[in-house]
Amino acid sequence: MTPPHPIPPPQVVIIGNGMVGHRLVEQLRAQADATQLGLTVICEESRLAYDRVHLSSHFDDPRPELALATEQGYAGSGVRVVYGRAHGVDVEARTVGVGDTTLRYDALVFATGSVPFVPPVPGNGAAGCFVYRTLDDLDRLREAARGASSGVVIGGGLLGLEAAGALRKLGLQTHVVEFAPHLMPAQLDPEGGATLRRTVEGMGIGVHTATATRQITADDQGRVTGLEFADGTGLQADVVVFSAGIRPRDDLARAAGLTVGERGGIGIDDTGRTSDPHVYAVGECALHEGRVYGLVAPGYQMARVVAANVLRELGVRAGEPVHFQGADLSTRLKLLGVEVGSFGDARGTTPECRTVSLSDNVRGTYSKLVLSADGTRVLGGLLVGDTARYADLLDLNLSGAALSVPPETLIVPPLPGAASSNTDALICSCENVREGALCAAIGGGARDVAGLKTCTGAGTGCGGCVPSLHGLLQSELRRLGEAVTNYLCEHFAHSRRELFDLVRVRGYRTWDEVLASHGAGHGCEICKPAVASILASLHHDYVLSPEHAPLQDTNDAFLANIQKNGTYSVVPRIPGGEVTPEGLIAIGEVARTFGLYCKITGGQRIDLLGAHVGDLPAIWERLIAAGFESGHAYGKSLRTVKSCVGSAWCRYGVQDSTSLAVRLELRYRGLRSPHKLKSGVSGCARECAEARGKDFGLIATETGWNVYVGGNGGVTPRHAVLLDEGLSEGEVIRVLDRFLMFYIRTADRLERTSTWLEGLEGGLDYLRSVILDDSLGLCTDLDAAMATHVGTYQDEWAAALEDPRTPERFRTFINSPERDDGIQWVDERGQIRPAVTHGLIPLPMAGGDD
Amino acid sequence: MTLTPTRQPHDPALHWERVCALNDILPGLGVCALVGGEQVAVFHVAGQLFAVGNRDPFTGVGVISRGLTGSYTRAGETRLKVASPLLRHAFDLESGEYVGDPAVKLPTYPVRVQGGEVWIGSAV
Repeated sequence: MTPPHPIPPPQVVIIGNGMVGHRLVEQLRAQADATQLGLTVICEESRLAYDRVHLSSHFDDPRPELALATEQGYAGSGVRVVYGRAHGVDVEARTVGVGDTTLRYDALVFATGSVPFVPPVPGNGAAGCFVYRTLDDLDRLREAARGASSGVVIGGGLLGLEAAGALRKLGLQTHVVEFAPHLMPAQLDPEGGATLRRTVEGMGIGVHTATATRQITADDQGRVTGLEFADGTGLQADVVVFSAGIRPRDDLARAAGLTVGERGGIGIDDTGRTSDPHVYAVGECALHEGRVYGLVAPGYQMARVVAANVLRELGVRAGEPVHFQGADLSTRLKLLGVEVGSFGDARGTTPECRTVSLSDNVRGTYSKLVLSADGTRVLGGLLVGDTARYADLLDLNLSGAALSVPPETLIVPPLPGAASSNTDALICSCENVREGALCAAIGGGARDVAGLKTCTGAGTGCGGCVPSLHGLLQSELRRLGEAVTNYLCEHFAHSRRELFDLVRVRGYRTWDEVLASHGAGHGCEICKPAVASILASLHHDYVLSPEHAPLQDTNDAFLANIQKNGTYSVVPRIPGGEVTPEGLIAIGEVARTFGLYCKITGGQRIDLLGAHVGDLPAIWERLIAAGFESGHAYGKSLRTVKSCVGSAWCRYGVQDSTSLAVRLELRYRGLRSPHKLKSGVSGCARECAEARGKDFGLIATETGWNVYVGGNGGVTPRHAVLLDEGLSEGEVIRVLDRFLMFYIRTADRLERTSTWLEGLEGGLDYLRSVILDDSLGLCTDLDAAMATHVGTYQDEWAAALEDPRTPERFRTFINSPERDDGIQWVDERGQIRPAVTHGLIPLPMAGGDD
Repeated sequence: MTLTPTRQPHDPALHWERVCALNDILPGLGVCALVGGEQVAVFHVAGQLFAVGNRDPFTGVGVISRGLTGSYTRAGETRLKVASPLLRHAFDLESGEYVGDPAVKLPTYPVRVQGGEVWIGSAV
């Protein structure tokens, strides 16, 4: 019998590899591998997709990596790349030409984006005229700026202001010319534009509004010399940048006979399909219900919709058609250092709408709310100079809720000294201290957590509320209009997040480098472990190497958990709680040999307590020989992924929770983070693994995994919230990779995922936009960071034993083989427990939470 | 690196005991030595050697040598300290005083380096 002839999988061709085109590749590959779907990308630029949103940072020093895709990455997931400009789409034959090649497709997607609009001004082709669109454009602009002293940007919209910022960064005397009466005419009203103008002018950038350019002048070599305006005036310029809007690139689609809009754009329906049933369009080249979206977030939504529909049409995935329902055009940006936000009907075009506005020329801020005719609902708004209330106002707009307060109070800055809120939450339950008392203490002069402890007693019990005290202090000081610092400690005038970025961008690898460049003094027990954790998160170096060892808290320094009498507990990793009889016996023998107390932990592991520091290397040696490795019960790192038995055993289980828990625990083992991390995986909605009490948890449903994040069982217990649902294992891992890395990069020192999520501006929606929709263009970077972690993991116990000098550090006494006679045991229920040899002096706890 | 012993050198009234090689203490870290039956924590910080009692006065447990070292500012002056790993109370390395209350104190010991060896002095 001849072997069966393999049936080739259906072929998808994507024309264009910008941010949206790349997102589509990712979406398709997440749901179908190369055996299920052939995928070809036609890429016109000489490089693969990069982050155009952050194009201007190409002028930063150091220059950040903007690439979103790599040749290896595409090759590894079976994505074929053809460089060149597509031509000749034949919708009958279902082919597209590129160079000499003709590609056959089962589904074709236009992701051709847009081109900058260059106004038909005489002289616009002179040498020294640029558009601001691609990395090549920027490289040419930088080259031209070398010999230049002045530059003009034509167009005062979002991109124009960004280009102006770039020219300024290149050291040019910069001007912006806008045809409309004010800046950012698409988003702002005249007053908002005027506020923005004052700030932009304050930076030394010339602003010329209501100004039409009659021609661009050039010298006899054809080089730009300046601009002439319609009113006869003009400006000198060595460089001119056009940023006067974009036009969808629909020429190829038009030539193929597809329906395009009157003013351009490839027409698509709600499923992303063009007038041809086998052809789709996404991003800035697409026209949906008369609208072309010039923002990346709607493009990403289209990519998601089209990926689902293409896979469904080609029979790769089942399911109902997915619809694109238009996108919210709310924007919140920081341009040239100015915060600008607009949402909803910002310009007040709703009939009979009313407005409330506040223009503050002293602070340089302008806020406006557009209200319904009866003044009870927020229809839209504008914020220039201060967008602190953006999320709340957008929320009021989107929910359509009736206002419970007079609308003007929503845009007035809080009064100094006013009561902070109408709640008086209990902050410290040990000392029964409420928020009101703490605010009073801050009003009375307390300026740090130590001062609050002294004044109110809060935080002097178990210490669990110290992070809350910290947060409250910050928000209250900010409300009082005082300078707020989130400095790590007296040695670093930076927050953990800032330090993380500095270490990452500058590439520091040691404490000495970080301290010399950004710190003072000799560090302390707060900043040293924080920097150690940052270095470990970024570089995965061995924590006990001589340059890193002095930074570690005792738990990390001895790779075990210190207990009240100075002995340590050892916890071998038992991924997912799954352990063989041989493993149990081996652990039992180690415990018996070294006289350890045994207890099953709350996280499905076995805690071996009472180990003398000098015995630790020998204990590990035995455990490693039995196949165990460090469970990282000590560090601020992943502790455990708890699981139930799931569908393998349980009559109710719908998914294999144990296998997934094991896979996750092995993937994230050793991951250093701002706080310890715990996880759970439940095989059905009965939630036997208590996944919602964890930093990240999964609950199985018939259709896949629901992902929950931000829960904990700590001092302030909290249920995790639903981030995404119905995911495959591959999708779960991808979402969790990004969630964890984003948290590690942005959380404060000792900040749990729950408080981090609570403090995240924009909350869960923002988190979703960053890690699901890649609104910041960070995901490639986050994915790569996790891939590095997974690829460089090594067992710290084994590494500690390998270097003969490291176990030396575990000796109880440097000059004697004796044991510490201060460690005494008594019997309790047949095992040891620390004897109370000293009456403990009841003093406030000075530290944080372990 | 220059190494300055904080306790001045040879006092004939003291009994001097060699505890380890200077190389046995990683810069920034401490070790514990038994000197005349007492636990002594010896630190090598910022190019200087310090020796203080190893028992944390708040808990009675011998852990000070396993604390994190660092600096703090007192009356405008940068001073060196060690934070106990148990409840993180910090002690001045030179005076042994608890940073939050000078009435609580670790004993301090004279320490010197001779030929790459660390010596602790105690009044016998």
